[in-house]
Amino acid sequence: MSDSPYQDDRGNKDRSITRAGGGGTSQHKPSGGTARPAPGTPFLIGEAMTGGYGKGPDILHACTIAVEPGEIAVIVGPNGAGKSTAMKAMFGMLDVRSGRVMLDGEDITALSPQDRVVKGMGFVPQTHNIFATMTVEENLEMGAFIRRDDFHDTMTQVYDLFPILKEKRLQPAGQLSGGQRQQVAVGRALMTKPKVLMLDEPTAGVSPIVMDELFDRIIEVARTGIPILMVEQNARQALEIADKAYVLVQGANAHTGTGRELLADPDVRRSFLGG
Amino acid sequence: MTDSLRTGLFAAFVAGLIIATGALDNWNLALVILNYGLISAIMALGVNLQWGLAGLFNVGIMGFVALGGLASVLISMPPVAAAWTAGGLRTLAGLAIGAVAIVALTAVYRRMAAGKARTIVMLALTVAGFFAFRTVFDGGVAAIEAVNPSLTGYLGGANFGGDAGRDWWWMPIIAWPVGGLLAAGAAWAIGKVALGLRSDYLAIATLGIAEIIIAVIKNENWLSRGVLNVTGLPRPVPYETDLQADPAFVARAADLGFDATLASTLWVKLLYAGLFATFLIVLLFLAQRALHSPWGRMMRAIRDNEVAAEAMGKDVTRRHLQVFVIGSAICGLAGAMMTTLDGQMTPAGYQPLRFTFLVWVMVIVGGSGNNFGAVLGGLLIWWLWVAVGEYGPDLMIWVTSALSEDSTLRAGLVDSAPQMRYIVMGTVLLMILRFSPRGILPER
Amino acid sequence: MEFLNGLVFLTNFVVVPALAYGAQLAIGALGVTLVYAILRFSNFAHGDTMAFGTAVTIKVTALLVALGITLGPLPTALLALPVGIAATMLLVLGTDWLVYKFYRVQRAKPVILVIVSLGVMFVLNGVTRVFIGVGDIQFADGARFVLTVQQFKDATGLDEGLAIRTTQAITLVTAAVTVAALFWFLNRTRTGKSMRAFSDNEDLALLSGIDPNRVVRVTWLIVAALATIAGVLYGLDKSFKAFTYFQLLLPIFAAAIVGGIGNPVGAIAGGFLIAFAEVTVTYPLKKVLTYWLPDSMAPDGLVQLLSGDYKFAVSFMILLIVLLFRPTGLFKGQSI
Repeated sequence: MSDSPYQDDRGNKDRSITRAGGGGTSQHKPSGGTARPAPGTPFLIGEAMTGGYGKGPDILHACTIAVEPGEIAVIVGPNGAGKSTAMKAMFGMLDVRSGRVMLDGEDITALSPQDRVVKGMGFVPQTHNIFATMTVEENLEMGAFIRRDDFHDTMTQVYDLFPILKEKRLQPAGQLSGGQRQQVAVGRALMTKPKVLMLDEPTAGVSPIVMDELFDRIIEVARTGIPILMVEQNARQALEIADKAYVLVQGANAHTGTGRELLADPDVRRSFLGG
Repeated sequence: MTDSLRTGLFAAFVAGLIIATGALDNWNLALVILNYGLISAIMALGVNLQWGLAGLFNVGIMGFVALGGLASVLISMPPVAAAWTAGGLRTLAGLAIGAVAIVALTAVYRRMAAGKARTIVMLALTVAGFFAFRTVFDGGVAAIEAVNPSLTGYLGGANFGGDAGRDWWWMPIIAWPVGGLLAAGAAWAIGKVALGLRSDYLAIATLGIAEIIIAVIKNENWLSRGVLNVTGLPRPVPYETDLQADPAFVARAADLGFDATLASTLWVKLLYAGLFATFLIVLLFLAQRALHSPWGRMMRAIRDNEVAAEAMGKDVTRRHLQVFVIGSAICGLAGAMMTTLDGQMTPAGYQPLRFTFLVWVMVIVGGSGNNFGAVLGGLLIWWLWVAVGEYGPDLMIWVTSALSEDSTLRAGLVDSAPQMRYIVMGTVLLMILRFSPRGILPER
Repeated sequence: MEFLNGLVFLTNFVVVPALAYGAQLAIGALGVTLVYAILRFSNFAHGDTMAFGTAVTIKVTALLVALGITLGPLPTALLALPVGIAATMLLVLGTDWLVYKFYRVQRAKPVILVIVSLGVMFVLNGVTRVFIGVGDIQFADGARFVLTVQQFKDATGLDEGLAIRTTQAITLVTAAVTVAALFWFLNRTRTGKSMRAFSDNEDLALLSGIDPNRVVRVTWLIVAALATIAGVLYGLDKSFKAFTYFQLLLPIFAAAIVGGIGNPVGAIAGGFLIAFAEVTVTYPLKKVLTYWLPDSMAPDGLVQLLSGDYKFAVSFMILLIVLLFRPTGLFKGQSI
């Protein structure tokens, strides 16, 4: 039972009076907070981040993740290492108790997630990352919701990157295959013309063939000049395409280097890549 | 503040309100409030079992209460022999045909393979069954309703105690548990359907069944006289006129310094209060025992984490059905008591705001999951409900005394003062939800 | 000829009334379904919101009539309707600000909001009773019929007549316009799409920069308009009584759930399904069958399947049958 009396539904699951699913799970932070200039820092960096969810224990311990323009950076590590948490911390979905997050020369630590989207972060959650009942095209439109200018160019670019989406643009996104849905999710995030794209386990739950195709697409997105930060469960494949890689263990940086370096590192191989 | 101190203070406060009503206004009113309050408390106890212990959202309380009332009529009224000979058996035969048709339909649905043949057979069976039922049933009903329609026109009850059933004065008390059984039967049927689905549809199902029960009671004159009302129900306590005619009673009242009329009305109400309080205390005791028994712990475990409970092999649907039936039975029991206390059954008087949603206010305000909370909430809210209706107009006259005597605004406000009770109830509920969401006596 | 007479009779006494009633239920159910989709709970105060909007409209209508302003053949209430809608909008926005918002900020479970709506229901019920009383009020004025029985008989030469009351015609036209406008809004406008996105996936909608407060506000505004329109149409067609409106909650919920709650198309289909079932089952069909069946088979009784008081039972039986065979309603899956 939760502490808050308002969270206690007494196990009621009566669908004639309450709706299940689709509801918000994260604590919605209202906008507000200001960004301060922070010149001379990397393009995107979460610096010495320490924090956890709500009043719970710290999950991250002085964890630092950075991405420079033109790079693909990946975060790998064992289960429960805090990979996704680190990314969510950079996106503002949990409070960092110390450390800061900087994007393009600005300190954005105080901003809410939706304000960070305005500042140029594109984020693709691991699950529930599309509007399943809406068409592919509407998903992209919703991605561009914060833009008041004409976004049809961007939509054309997304369709060029993911031709299958153009073909299925009038179908409800929920009816697409797993790999196609992930393309919708990435496409939706690209609609804001983000300065950096953050992907939380984009290949979770898809077949190996689809995974390879998704990685190809991600590389293509990176070629258009958008730096990419990605959390990956499939460490080996991820390291192969990574310009920079972070191995997290228990919420702290364990190894850092280029993907190639880490692949060659015997320590990393033994611990995470199965020899 | 400890839980028991809090409970004690709340109980003292509610008792104080009722005593103050008696001392400052009149004792008859106070006892009327107490009696209906005790019945409301029993209803609240039943709903608290469903919502507090199992998280079941029952918005059909009115229906179960009305079924209890029907039981009161069917058990405690004398039978109408002429009606039975005129069409009693034919009506029952009609109902039997209907039941057989439904059983046959279910059997066909289960036994035959899905397809056109089954649809045709089922359709034919439905039409044939319906018309056979209506032909037999309607004839019987017409015959029954033709028997002295201004006074009876229905089958009556099962009270063979001579003189309008007065000799068997204990029959009404038998009727109360029967009311519970009747409500339990209806609850079982509706729960079996609505709780069986993965995510349940109990709210809309109970909302609907309550309206259906009321419609049946209003329309099936052969059963309940419908909107013609059944009056003069026998009661388990003496009649005031009998008491006033009893020299011993008059003498004892005079000894205590009471006028016989006043003494008789108070004594009758006190006897009722004693009866209701006995039932309430027994039910409260049982509810407390259940709450702290392994069964109660299991119910709470299911409520707080259904998935885990299911993984441990608990049959959640079965448990939910069980608690729903028990809670509804308690509401039926209270409904039967209320009809006995009213001395009559008026189907048009069953309104969802009063008999369903007001009980919800009692449970939420008292404290969901806390039996004492529900009971005291029942008494408190009932007091408030009556008090606003009773004193609201006076208060409004006082509030508007600045306006001129013949002002239409003033007249309108004073006229509408009784409607204020809805606003007050809603406001109390909203205030409690906002500032003390667990109710006055929290679960723990 | 016999067949046509039967058909006309059926149309006159069953089809036309059921169409009008169905349209009223559908608009009511749309309001319930929108709140369910966006705010994720069933609003028990919806019937009373309808009653409040209608009550304001009635008062304004009376004022207009007193001032000598009428719409000629059309009911004056149509002129007063926008005022009723505006007042109801203020009411629901006020209620949201005063009551519901707090629970949203707390991220309260939807079932808590259901109980909160019970409180709102009580208050609104009382407010409406105080405001306009508990009596039965007729407020339809203007011409009573678009087409009278005599006109129809003269025009067609049939024995049976077909009458269309002004209020029935207005109900259907208004309902069509309202539904078209709502669907256009939800499917074609940026705000409408953002509401659908919010309903579909609240977290992602927030990430996309959709302002939840704005979505909720717009939802309440639409719900207020739908509730008032449904209430006024029902009141014009039948009559206004605070208690009746409260009781409409059951067929409205039934309509919304039968269709698949949260789904607007379902709400409309459900409204008509419930209305047709109620009217057909509780109307004496003797005359229709007398026309349609050979003389030897003509029925003796009224062929009224159930007494009119059982109309709630009919809504409910339909609901039960649909849920037994399709637990998610007729149009499952997608919400607005």
